[in-house]
Amino acid sequence: MTDTPIDRIRNFAIIAHIDHGKSTLADRLIQVTGGLSEREMTNQVLDSMELERERGITIKAQTVRLAWKARDGKDYVLNLMDTPGHVDFAYEVSRSLAACEGSLLVVDASQGVEAQTLANVYQAIEANHEIVPVLNKIDLPAAEPARVRQQIEDVIGLDASDAVEISAKTGINIEGVLEALVTRLPPPKGDAQAPLRALLVDSWYDPYLGVVILVRVKDGRLKRGMRLRMMSTGGVHMLEQVGVFTPKLVAVDDLGPGEMGYITAAIKTVADCSVGDTITDDRRPATEPLPGFKPSVPVVWCGLYPTDADDFEKLRESLGKLRLNDASFHYEAETSAALGFGFRCGFLGLLHLEIIQERLSREFDLDLIATAPSVVYRIHSTRGDVAELHNPADMPDPSQIDHIEEPWIRATILVPDEHLGAVLTLCNERRGQQADLTYVGNRAMAVYRLPLNEVVFDFYDRLKSVSRGYASFDYQMDGYAESDLVRISIMVNGDPVDALAFIAHRSQAEKRGRAICERLKELIPKQLFKIAIQAAIGGRVIARETIGALAKDVTAKCYGGDITRKRKLLEKQKEGKKRMRQFGKVEIPQSAFLAALKMDA
Amino acid sequence: MEPLALYIHWPFCLAKCPYCDFNSHVRERIDQARFAAALRAELAWEAARLGRRRLGSIFFGGGTPSLMAPDTVAALIADARQHFDAAEDCEITLEANPTSVEAGRLRAFRAAGVNRVSLGVQSLDDTVLRFLGRRHDAGEARAALALAREIFPRLSFDLITARPGQTVAAWRAELREALALANDHLSLYQLTIEPGTAFEAMRRRGELTELDENTAVAIYDATAEETARRSMAAYEISNHARPGAESRHNLAYWRYEDYAGIGPGAHGRVSVGGTLLATRRHRAPEPWAELVERQGHGTTDQNAVAPEERAREALLMGLRLAEGIDPMRFAARTGMTLAEALDDTMLHAAIDEGYIQFDATLRATEEGRRRLDALLGAIVR
Repeated sequence: MTDTPIDRIRNFAIIAHIDHGKSTLADRLIQVTGGLSEREMTNQVLDSMELERERGITIKAQTVRLAWKARDGKDYVLNLMDTPGHVDFAYEVSRSLAACEGSLLVVDASQGVEAQTLANVYQAIEANHEIVPVLNKIDLPAAEPARVRQQIEDVIGLDASDAVEISAKTGINIEGVLEALVTRLPPPKGDAQAPLRALLVDSWYDPYLGVVILVRVKDGRLKRGMRLRMMSTGGVHMLEQVGVFTPKLVAVDDLGPGEMGYITAAIKTVADCSVGDTITDDRRPATEPLPGFKPSVPVVWCGLYPTDADDFEKLRESLGKLRLNDASFHYEAETSAALGFGFRCGFLGLLHLEIIQERLSREFDLDLIATAPSVVYRIHSTRGDVAELHNPADMPDPSQIDHIEEPWIRATILVPDEHLGAVLTLCNERRGQQADLTYVGNRAMAVYRLPLNEVVFDFYDRLKSVSRGYASFDYQMDGYAESDLVRISIMVNGDPVDALAFIAHRSQAEKRGRAICERLKELIPKQLFKIAIQAAIGGRVIARETIGALAKDVTAKCYGGDITRKRKLLEKQKEGKKRMRQFGKVEIPQSAFLAALKMDA
Repeated sequence: MEPLALYIHWPFCLAKCPYCDFNSHVRERIDQARFAAALRAELAWEAARLGRRRLGSIFFGGGTPSLMAPDTVAALIADARQHFDAAEDCEITLEANPTSVEAGRLRAFRAAGVNRVSLGVQSLDDTVLRFLGRRHDAGEARAALALAREIFPRLSFDLITARPGQTVAAWRAELREALALANDHLSLYQLTIEPGTAFEAMRRRGELTELDENTAVAIYDATAEETARRSMAAYEISNHARPGAESRHNLAYWRYEDYAGIGPGAHGRVSVGGTLLATRRHRAPEPWAELVERQGHGTTDQNAVAPEERAREALLMGLRLAEGIDPMRFAARTGMTLAEALDDTMLHAAIDEGYIQFDATLRATEEGRRRLDALLGAIVR
């Protein structure tokens, strides 16, 4: 099965915007090449996780080996690499692309190029891919293949004259795609005699097999019984099983250069398998690892707290289980005076955060509350050292800070002309710096440098609303820059509420501080005493709201027969106060803070 | 020992009012003789263990005690006077509905020994009376009040305020008329939607919208203003009287004195052998009567009240009164000092805010009384 000559192998990825038909095309390719029987075909075979299916996004890379007898009469092996489809996983995407020699660029023939497509296609170009444009949904009445072809040439600079026109949904011209892969993509290169170098593309936890690693062999051969060494960590594992995906796992004897497949090696956690690492032969190691390896670093952090304090241990267990399969998120226990016991968690991006949160609630039935997401700041102290900070609570005293740097991104936004003004206003409000503004037909493409901290604060929602849902957005990390950042504390009757503190640019501090104060005013029920809610930078109050005392709260009738019940109510009221947070003489139910934070999401 | 207050419960009504969550029951036929005998038996049983004490008041509540046979009322009063040493000015109140039928029996109740009547007028507006499910109209109410004033030396009546849709102006007008009709005592209750009532079901179905908070507060303020102008300021959250005309029986509850409860569902706080007992009878009329017939009393719950429970009960009742709580009496009654029963920090915060005054007595101010539930939650330890 794996004795395919290297020149009969083609490794390819599919680049597409959400909904432009990537998964449908993948399904068609599997179907046409006979990878699965009709009965085994469920829609979008590759997106096996429930959540991926629902959101139409891919979190883990996956691959399928397709067998295709081309028009030249020869048998080819076409390895389809399904890459994670979101910018949060840009590094993972880059490693998936590094495992391939070419890409299909799938564009909806009626919608045209989207921002997400652009970012990924640029990555593919960077990975030296041969790119085959594919115009999908060609059967739709709204399809405009000529216009979209022109757009691909104008925006991306790719020759689209040979674009393959298909309908993945109805199966039109799937063979055309397969032929283009054979004739237009270069075969992989590799030295079968050299020491083993296999690219670790991704890994996941399987309850029966343990950790399954998706690999692309560059040089040498992967054989059962080998002792493998992870070049980044030096970890050594005995290779138990080698195989390919059809997409079912099928064991083979070995995998040679140019091949994609999986290995299992009794590895307990994916944390031992870093994406992009080079796997070599422990007895005959390669001298140089493959280029491009980077350890994964969280860029967005937030606190996760169980709504019910009794769920803390369950949350710890669940986070542990999730991390078995996703080493890219980090967590450590933390305590908040307002929210109790929880965890500080780090993520690759906002979508990643949302996915983890959703999986915790869906798969583990946990009701969680997340504090406002924070980016990772670099605090340069007056002593000259640099510390990373992602929790506003850990911000040192301003007197010890020389300056602070914050991360920036390079954002690409595609938006119909009529909404461009509103989008530019939004970007400017968020301290954006315009880097480029071009037109693609009647759509504008704005490239902006933006501080990431402005993006984690409801930027997507605002972008969607100002563009009536028509803007598409993508970003890459774009370094750090010094900035005038301050910590805003929220105080209730003079006591700071740790969970609500946040870091913002000085120019935004007052607006955001006021917004939180106003929100709390709505959420905190009136009480016996009036309540002062303040936002402050250090000792300086920048916003203030007052909740007046409740006007009346008294039982109308209370006679001899009511005493027992009233006393018990009073005792219950006292008991309920244990779930309250005392601020001087007022008690605020934790639920008010929870609601304040929930509204951020 | 302070005089005893005696409560006698008549559990039957002709119909259940939609706002009422009291222990009342509607029956096609009532075996008057059986319930009269059971009430007398339970009174005798309770009196036997209480010993010969002074009796300060008797209160016939319900239900609708004006549906009792006047003979039964007479017999119970006579029994009570026999079991206890009734004070010369013993206050004997009976709750009555102002329908013409019941008004017709008022003279008989007076003859039975009742010296104070409390009429369930509820409103002086026919539309409102229908909404409240009452069986009388405003004309009958006025007539019953006039008649009762002739017959009884003391008279009180109830009104329900803060009803859905009520305006402050309409309430002032109604209250002014009520004050003109009032003798020396008035109970003015803000409507509360209680669990298990017809009103609650209506609210759930969206058929009843409670009065908005601002108007309810304005009505509360208007009530204070109008009653003070007629020298009928509140001596308790919802009760108004000319000085000296306060309900002695109800004062016993609010002052947390001993009271015995006779009849289905009646509660009591009685000192027996130096222990303060909380007692409660079986709620359902027939099973209660069976218990009495079998064992002499229908008690289902009887617990000694612990000092901290006594303290909470004394506070939640006593702070309803304008006169407040006497610290010495409080300590003697509960076994705890006020200092032990209250959270010092919160007490001082409440004093600073003007909700509480604490000198010779501990009192909730008018500002404090209108927020008493929250205030108690804050200051009671």
